[in-house]
Amino acid sequence: MLQRIRTAPPRYWLVAIVVIFFMGFPTVISSFQTSLWTQALVLAIAIMGLNILVGYSGQLSLGHGAFMALGAYTSAILAHRYKLDYLITIPIAALLTGLVGFLFGIPALRLSALYLALATFALAVVTPSLIKRPDALTGGVQGILVIQPDPPQFAQDTFATVTGTVMSSDQWIYYVALFCALLLFWVAWNLVRHRPGRAMRAIRDGEVAAAASGVNIAGYKTMAFGISAFYAGTAGSLFGLATGFVSPDTFPVSLSIQLLVGAVVGGLASIPGPLLGAIFAYFLPIESNQWVPSQAWIPAQIASTVKNAGPAVSYGVVLIAIMMFAPNGIVGLVNSGYAALNRRLRGAGDRETGQMPPDPQTV
Amino acid sequence: MSALLEVRDLSVRFGGVIALDRVSFAVEAGQVVALIGPNGAGKTTLFNVITRVYRPAGGTVLVDGDSVLAIRPHQVIRRGLARTFQNVALFRSMTVLDNVLVGDHTQTKSGWLQASVPLPGAVAAESASRKRALEMIDFVGLGPHAQRPVAALPFGWQKRIELARALVSRPRLLLLDEPAGGISHEEVDDVSRLLRRVHKELGVTMLLVEHHMAFVMGISDRVVVLDFGKKIAEGTPAEVQRNRAVIEAYLGAA
Repeated sequence: MLQRIRTAPPRYWLVAIVVIFFMGFPTVISSFQTSLWTQALVLAIAIMGLNILVGYSGQLSLGHGAFMALGAYTSAILAHRYKLDYLITIPIAALLTGLVGFLFGIPALRLSALYLALATFALAVVTPSLIKRPDALTGGVQGILVIQPDPPQFAQDTFATVTGTVMSSDQWIYYVALFCALLLFWVAWNLVRHRPGRAMRAIRDGEVAAAASGVNIAGYKTMAFGISAFYAGTAGSLFGLATGFVSPDTFPVSLSIQLLVGAVVGGLASIPGPLLGAIFAYFLPIESNQWVPSQAWIPAQIASTVKNAGPAVSYGVVLIAIMMFAPNGIVGLVNSGYAALNRRLRGAGDRETGQMPPDPQTV
Repeated sequence: MSALLEVRDLSVRFGGVIALDRVSFAVEAGQVVALIGPNGAGKTTLFNVITRVYRPAGGTVLVDGDSVLAIRPHQVIRRGLARTFQNVALFRSMTVLDNVLVGDHTQTKSGWLQASVPLPGAVAAESASRKRALEMIDFVGLGPHAQRPVAALPFGWQKRIELARALVSRPRLLLLDEPAGGISHEEVDDVSRLLRRVHKELGVTMLLVEHHMAFVMGISDRVVVLDFGKKIAEGTPAEVQRNRAVIEAYLGAA
């Protein structure tokens, strides 16, 4: 055991540090900030779902906010009308959304990339008005209030022993979201490094060759849609819990765009990417809306435009910068930086000298 | 006893163009058969019909006497047919090992649920897959490069990786689309030796499309010649070389 710990690759250490960081984080920040980080974690789950679909299986979705809405409303309705424990509704919402996503994936097979983007975008556009219709069920424009549960006894006790303070319900919800995020990131990591993940990547890189290797293209593509929606449904359900409220305006078109921006900025087809992308996509608009007006050198007109336009401006600027300087997102940037550092430390590699290693022997 | 692969009266049309015109031939188990002909003769089209990429206008393709025209493209490999591509169709974002592991897809069963947790069965299947893939990468002579991304490797290596990807599925019949195309003279001899080993050591029957005549004549038991979608000759390499129609197709009528 000790031997294994000693020889573990550095990225395992990094994962351990990140997990410990997120475990301890709510104990040092305010309750309000904790709830912001809960939402960032929830966004990370949704972006991981989108990452599985877009990054790994190569299908584009501009409408993942719709799947989040489905998950959120499933949980809210079950908890509000049928008085189910909210935590129990999370897996139910996830499974239902996953099933709907799977079914959506079947007609999606027939669409080429551009039309799939349009179809999913249409889904995102109609969702808010679709929710308003059956107002007896969904509460119409008003939405549904979600009662945020008090921490259970075991959590209160543990928290009190470790920190000596009383656990708030915001902190409890943070830990619920963190648990789901860790679980689902672990599952995603398992999927992508085993047979299903390779099959998805193979489809993305070349369908004809993937089929010739025996990969069932239609099966894997629809399944990718289903799993992706499962993640989005979980995220939607947690989102309702975190904000204490679901309404049609919680799931505007811009949410779907925010998810895609997060996935791209973090780095597609990577596991840490969605977490970084989520932190970025969640906090950038908040921070920039505070930062821009506080800067005296920015003309008042521009500052007020930025404030009014909200996330759109800062997203636009950063997205253009990322596409130009780091087309593989933050993870791509870190990886290439690490590789460059390695080369520097170990001397020029074969790539630098332009020499290929000698041809292998064929007997 | 039916042939391993039998193509019977196969016709393919693209709009008004007749790409294949009632072509028939058979590949018996244990043989190496070459498919030659000038550019545009329909050789790659024939491969694409056999592997269910194209739908023929008429005729049948039989594997062990059963038609494969009703099955879906991903099921072809389960009948024991694996292929390579003319312009190399590797999964470009992946490593050598991962490419070959995709070739091993049909050798294991572990699905989404087993992999997600991952259950012991999936872990065992994964390590068995890796072992087979690494053996095959060794077999084609790229053992030390298993972890490198394929995109940056030379073309000749990429062809070997494709060969390894096809072989790891343990095919009975290997369809090779120009295995010696686009590589240097020295490499052609290497490939020829490698394919002979595939035939002898792994016992794989082969059907290959190739332009390199010395290569074809050196390796094949039988040669089928196509020209403008029609079969114009078939026989041993020596017979085909003497055939008047073949000489005309290649050099033009005297």
